[in-house]
Amino acid sequence: MDLLSDPDNLDLYLTGFSWILRLTGAGALGALVLGVILAGFRVSPIPVLRGFGAAWVNIFRNTPLTLIIFFCYFGLFSTLGLSLAEEIDLNNFWLGVVGLSVYTAAFVCEAIRSGINTVPAGQAEAARAIGLSFFQVLRMIVLPQAGRAVIAPLGSIFIALAKNSTIVGTIGLAESSNAMKTLINDYGSQTILIFLIFAGTFAAVLIPTGYLFGWLANRLAVKR
Amino acid sequence: MSTDAVLYDHPGPRAKIRNLVLTVVFGAGLLALLYWIYLKFDEKNQWAAELWKPFLEANTWVNFIIPGLQQTLSAALVAMVLSLTFGLIFAVGRLSDHWWIRLPAGAVVEFFRAVPLLMMIFFLFFGLPYINGGVPVPAFWAVVIGLTLYNGSVLAEAFRAGVRSVPAGQGEAAYGIGMRKNQVMRYILIPQAARAMLPVIVSQLVVLVKDTALGYIVAFPELMQRGVNDLGANRANIVAAALVAAAIYIFINFLLTSLAGFIERRTRRRGIRVPRNAVNPVHTAAQNVAMPAGMGGGGGATGA
Repeated sequence: MDLLSDPDNLDLYLTGFSWILRLTGAGALGALVLGVILAGFRVSPIPVLRGFGAAWVNIFRNTPLTLIIFFCYFGLFSTLGLSLAEEIDLNNFWLGVVGLSVYTAAFVCEAIRSGINTVPAGQAEAARAIGLSFFQVLRMIVLPQAGRAVIAPLGSIFIALAKNSTIVGTIGLAESSNAMKTLINDYGSQTILIFLIFAGTFAAVLIPTGYLFGWLANRLAVKR
Repeated sequence: MSTDAVLYDHPGPRAKIRNLVLTVVFGAGLLALLYWIYLKFDEKNQWAAELWKPFLEANTWVNFIIPGLQQTLSAALVAMVLSLTFGLIFAVGRLSDHWWIRLPAGAVVEFFRAVPLLMMIFFLFFGLPYINGGVPVPAFWAVVIGLTLYNGSVLAEAFRAGVRSVPAGQGEAAYGIGMRKNQVMRYILIPQAARAMLPVIVSQLVVLVKDTALGYIVAFPELMQRGVNDLGANRANIVAAALVAAAIYIFINFLLTSLAGFIERRTRRRGIRVPRNAVNPVHTAAQNVAMPAGMGGGGGATGA
C-alpha cells in the first residue's frame, strides 16, 4: 500500500469515492422520487398520464446512460446554456445527478409497478369497498405493500446506480474511475495493485450491501 | 392481474368528468412543457436547418453513423455470445458439488458483478499494456472483454436462479432414469431455466447493447463515438446528433425486446413458469440463495 501513503494519491482516492457517494446519494433520492411519481402515473386511470409514464420508461431505459450523461453536459450545459452551479466541478456533479436520476427513475418505476402487481386484488377491492379514492388506495394500501415487495429489486437498482455513477467521469468529474486512470498513467508498474484497490473498494462495499438488501427484503416481506 | 381493474372502479359520471378534466389539464401542461423545450431549443438556434441537414446527406450516414453502428453491433454480438457462454459455465460452476469449483466460481461472479464496467474497461485498456510488455489492447477487445466479464457474471446468477426454480421433481426424475449429473444439467435443468429466465436474459442483453457506448471512453469508434462525438464535433450539432443516436439505440433495443417476446410466445408450452406474482424472477427465485448484488446499467427491473 505504498501507493496510497503518498498524500496526493490518497487524496485522489478519497475524493474519487466521495464523489461516487454523493452522486449515488443524490441520484438515488432523485430517482426514487421521480420513479414513484412515474409508477403512480403508469397505474392511474388517466390515459395521458399512463402514456407519459410508458414513454419515459421506454425512452430512458433503452438509451445508454453514457449518451444521457453526455447529452446533459454537451446538450443541456454547453449548447443550451443550462448551468446548475457556479463552480465547474459542482456543475458537472449536478448535471450528472440529473442524468443518473432521469435514467434510474425508469427502472425504479418499473420495479414499483411490478411490486404493485404482487398486491392481491382483494386488498385494493376491500379498500375501494370502504370508500377510499384511487389516490388513497394507492397511498395507504397498495404502495406500502408494494414497497416491501420491491426492496430487493430496488437494492439492485441502487447498487447499479453506484456503479453507474462512475460514468459521470465522462464529463470530467474526478470520480474514482478517473482517479484510477490517472494513477495507472502515473504508476504503470503497479497497475494491478491500483485496479485491486479501486475495484476492491467497490466490491467490499457493494457485495455486503447486496446481501443486506436481500436480508431486509426477506425480513420485511409481507407474509401471505 | 391487470392493475387497471384493481386500483379503481369503472368510472361513473363524476369520475368520467374528473378524469377528463385531469386529462385536459395534464395534456395542456405537457404540451406547454414541450413547447417551452421547443422555444428554448429555438432560442439557441437548435432547429436551424444546417444542424439537421447532415442527416439527409448520404455522407453522414456512410462515414459516421453506419460504421459506428457496425462497430456497436459487432462488439455487442461478440460480447453476447461470450457472456452467455461465460454465464453458463459459471452458473454450472457455482452449482457444482465440489467446493473447490463452487467457491472460486462464486468469488469470480460476485467480484465482477460488483466492479463498475467502466473501471474494468479502463484497466484492460490503460492498465494491461503495462503488464503484458507494452502490447496495446485494442479498444474493441477491452470493451468486449469488459462486457463479457460483467454481463456474464450477471447472467450466471440468472441461470443459477433459474436452475433453482425448476421443480425438484424434474431433476430427481432424470436421476431416476439413470442420467448423470452432467446430463441432468444439460438436458433437463438448463433448458427449463433458460426459458424461465428469458425476460431477465433479454433485459441483460439490452444492458449489454447500451453498455457498448462506454467504448466511446476508450476511443472505440462505435455509434456514440462516431455518430455523436465525431459528427457533433464536425458539424457542431451535438444536440441533433445525440437525439438521432438515441433514437437508433432505442430502436435496436426495441427490436431485441420484441424478438424475445416472439420467442417466448413460440416456446410457450406447459412447463415451469415463474409465478405470476413474482416481482422479478431473478430476485424471487434467488432471494433465499443469495441476493444478486448488482445488475447491469440498471437492468434488473425486467418488463413485468
